[in-house]
Amino acid sequence: MSILFYIVAAVLVLAALNMVVQRTPVYSALSLIVVLCSLAVVYLLLGAEFMAVIQVIIYAGAIMVLFVFVIMLLNAQREEPSHRSRVSRWLGVPLIGAFTVEMLMVIWRQFPRGTTPPAAALDGSPQAIGHLLFRSYVLPFEVTSILILVAVLGAVVLAKKEF
Amino acid sequence: MNMVPLSHYLALSVILFVLGAAGFIFRRNIITVFMCIELMLNAVNLAFMAFSRFRGNLDGQIFVFFVIVVAAAEAAVGLAIIIALHRNRESLNIEDVDSMKM
Repeated sequence: MSILFYIVAAVLVLAALNMVVQRTPVYSALSLIVVLCSLAVVYLLLGAEFMAVIQVIIYAGAIMVLFVFVIMLLNAQREEPSHRSRVSRWLGVPLIGAFTVEMLMVIWRQFPRGTTPPAAALDGSPQAIGHLLFRSYVLPFEVTSILILVAVLGAVVLAKKEF
Repeated sequence: MNMVPLSHYLALSVILFVLGAAGFIFRRNIITVFMCIELMLNAVNLAFMAFSRFRGNLDGQIFVFFVIVVAAAEAAVGLAIIIALHRNRESLNIEDVDSMKM
């Protein structure tokens, strides 16, 4: 069962790498959809079935569709190589590698191998999430509904042609 | 049963986050930069979910729920801004977005 996690993790890293490296925005968007669906599989492996379905429906099914719409609407073409200096690239990539190694060492030191076996199975069903969402977290829930309303109004106003 | 230790989930989250940050800094197409932001948000979501599982607490998943909702609102408004920018400058290159004037 845990071999599936490593396979999905490899797919995740390769798709994320492809997303960052591709020059055509449509290919990046498709790679990001692969990342999102693979993350939903990882959530299922963690026992969180509600969040996995939410991830596929909302993130991969609504947000990424919006991205693809905008890419097609604006007819985003291939990105040309930069005319500016390449110093940032030659200096930046090794620094990114150093940062990654440093973060992985922090994790390794904090959670050494084998100290944290998973606890009893977590109840990730909609009933359990609903109990929390509508009792303890009902205020953030209502505030996010206002946030979405404001975002809809803002998006309509910002994308209009004329006032 | 699932015998993957917590550090492996966190390592995967770190790798995704660093890839997103690298793309955010180095890419010049606005929409690709925006997608790298979404990748960073998803890396953080993965860390939240892993911690929620390993502590037996469902609050981490509630936080992921709210992160997804806020990411949706941010994507809508951000893409509307990108559309308005494209209408004014006819370019999707962040090097062309260098002044506040129209």
